Amino acid sequence: MYDTAKTESALEQTETKISARNVQVYYGDTHAIKDVNVEIEDKTVTAFIGPSGCGKSTFLRCLNRMNDTIDICRVTGDILLDGEDIYDPKVDPVQLRAKVGMVFQKPNPFPKSIYDNIAYGPRIHGLARGKAELDEIVEKSLRRGAIWDEVKDRLDAPGTGLSGGQQQRLCIARAIATEPEVLLMDEPCSALDPIATAQVEELIDELRQSYSVVIVTHSMQQAARVSQKTAFFHLGNLVEYGETGQIFTNPEDPRTESYITGRIG
Amino acid sequence: MTDITSASGAPTPKRATELVAASLKRRRRKQARLKWIGLGAIGVAFLMLIILVGSLVSSGWQAFTQTHVTLEVFVDPEEIPLDRLPRGGFDDALGASLGKMLPGVDMSQRKVAKSVEKILSNGAQFKLRDMVVADPKLIGQTITMTVPVSDPFDQLNKNLIDRDTPEQHRRVKDPEIGYFDALKAQGAITKPFNWALFTNADSRFPELAGLKGALAGTFWALLTCFVISFPLGIGAAIYLEEFAPKNKLSDFIEVNINNLAAVPSVVFGLLALAVFIGWFGLPRSAPFVGGLTLALMTMPTIIIATRAALKAVPPSIREAALGLGASKQQVVFQHVLPLAMPGVMTGTIIGLAQALGETAPLLLIGMNAFITSAASSPFDSATALPTQIFIWADSPERGFVSRTSAAILILLGFLVAMNAVAIFLRQKFENKW
Ligand SMILES: Nc1ncnc2c1ncn2[C@@H]1O[C@H](COP(=O)(O)OP(=O)(O)OP(=O)(O)O)[C@@H](O)[C@H]1O
Ligand SMILES: [Mg+2]
Repeated sequence: MYDTAKTESALEQTETKISARNVQVYYGDTHAIKDVNVEIEDKTVTAFIGPSGCGKSTFLRCLNRMNDTIDICRVTGDILLDGEDIYDPKVDPVQLRAKVGMVFQKPNPFPKSIYDNIAYGPRIHGLARGKAELDEIVEKSLRRGAIWDEVKDRLDAPGTGLSGGQQQRLCIARAIATEPEVLLMDEPCSALDPIATAQVEELIDELRQSYSVVIVTHSMQQAARVSQKTAFFHLGNLVEYGETGQIFTNPEDPRTESYITGRIG
Repeated sequence: MTDITSASGAPTPKRATELVAASLKRRRRKQARLKWIGLGAIGVAFLMLIILVGSLVSSGWQAFTQTHVTLEVFVDPEEIPLDRLPRGGFDDALGASLGKMLPGVDMSQRKVAKSVEKILSNGAQFKLRDMVVADPKLIGQTITMTVPVSDPFDQLNKNLIDRDTPEQHRRVKDPEIGYFDALKAQGAITKPFNWALFTNADSRFPELAGLKGALAGTFWALLTCFVISFPLGIGAAIYLEEFAPKNKLSDFIEVNINNLAAVPSVVFGLLALAVFIGWFGLPRSAPFVGGLTLALMTMPTIIIATRAALKAVPPSIREAALGLGASKQQVVFQHVLPLAMPGVMTGTIIGLAQALGETAPLLLIGMNAFITSAASSPFDSATALPTQIFIWADSPERGFVSRTSAAILILLGFLVAMNAVAIFLRQKFENKW
């Protein structure tokens, strides 16, 4: 039913990058994530699927502690990155977020030039030793974000002047410019046309060589195309987690089956 | 709602169209009514503004010119001997030269000579004295100089004194009008732009009084106010909005800051009098103290405006920066504050514009003293524009009536200019995200 050729060929032995144990998330009294346990592997693309409002974004934002910025949000349980608890008081969320980058559901470029959008991360983390090196990082990131050709002549133009899809690719380029170890992408292709989507998917596949990528998507086809592992969320529960091929061809849980065949959602 | 047209109770599509059409009429009428009420309100407000500005202009425009008389003055060594400088009979020398221009007038009669000399402003003799002291070689020469006439003759020249009034009710008597008209017939009377309004400080004589002292005082006071309230206001706003924990204490502080903005200004004046002058022993009448007082009032305005501007920055920008690993402080200073800056500037300018027109606290700390020189530092005694207006409005001389209006117009001019800058900033930087 779905094209799983690529995913099957990519099955290799990998290590656990992030492991979540008994994670609960509350927004005030709302119990948004209910006892989630999951092992996210290194050098793997993991897809989060599930109906709207089931908690995909919420769980994703736990992985780089973006939920810290929401006053009413409370997270319990353990989330380990390379074996270290990221919610440990000793961990600096700033350092964590440099390691775990994020692309948001809505494109959010800075109201600065395209160049400065990309250069911001490398600048604050001191990744470039000079102007030439920074230029190089900017060009490389924009190329990997599949947007270089469209913006190379107007790097001084404001990033907010781009189209929605271009803005989203700019945000992807901005996120990978800091060379994170894990990249969290919340519906990165929801504003993109099929060509740009294909380019971003190609990028995701390429990133897998060195990073761990977690992608939230509403497109079953996309999940099947790019991911090796898939997690299905429903009403705050992690219903099923496993090999993408397995989930799409032979789901264990009836809810998963209903969802991927389009009966709930 | 009574005639149900379909069995199920829901209107048929045709019926729905009719209902919409009927309600549309009602809605349009409501909208038109609202529009007319709005236009009416704006019209009334505009009319008030026109009346205010119109009355100020009609009484104030005359103050922007000043009647002068041009004289050939013989600097008589007998009246003004070199060894007595800077003293000497400067007024007599001026009087004599006026007498020469009025051939039929017998200047040897003391009474006549006095009334001729009344034409000249009291400042004329000081002007001559300053010239001679600066260059004593002038003694014995004849020099041409243009000096202001005294206030009653300025009024006469501007037709503000009615010549048909019976003589006993008039400040200038018939012979004096005769002398003046004779001078005018010779072309010695001119009415140039009144630069003295800007280059002179206050004076007891309206024809010499200017706003230089008030402008200097206002400048120093606003500078002090800005230097203190801008960084403190922004700092407080950033802390409260971005860093302070949200709890009872910060709520309490917030409520109090909002209340502070509504405290009547006279209260701040009393506070300043007690604290700055009473306890700290700062000088009375000093623009520095005025600036401190105004800063107390401007700060809540700046804090409120800054917090609103910070709040208006979309959270997605903060998330973007945080997601890249920026620290809280980097997010605030590299992203949020630059985006909030137009709002901050607008709030600051509006706060300063309020401070510019504030009178009561300055009266209380003594910035309504009679001071005839411009302050050269914030610690010198000075008046400010609004308090100068207050002083002039209280003065009995007729010349101060038009000068009061002129000073108000100048104050309004500054206010308009400041608000224009605020609007310009708002439009230039609006909605960059
Ligand atoms: N800031 C918040 N405050 C309160 N409740 C929230 C907040 N963010 C999310 N929620 C709630 O948490 C639940 C999960 O939301 P979440 O955004 O994670 O869903 P999602 O799976 O990402 O949905 P979508 O596919 O539509 O993006 C929802 O019921 C939502 O109402
Ligand atoms: Mg979401």
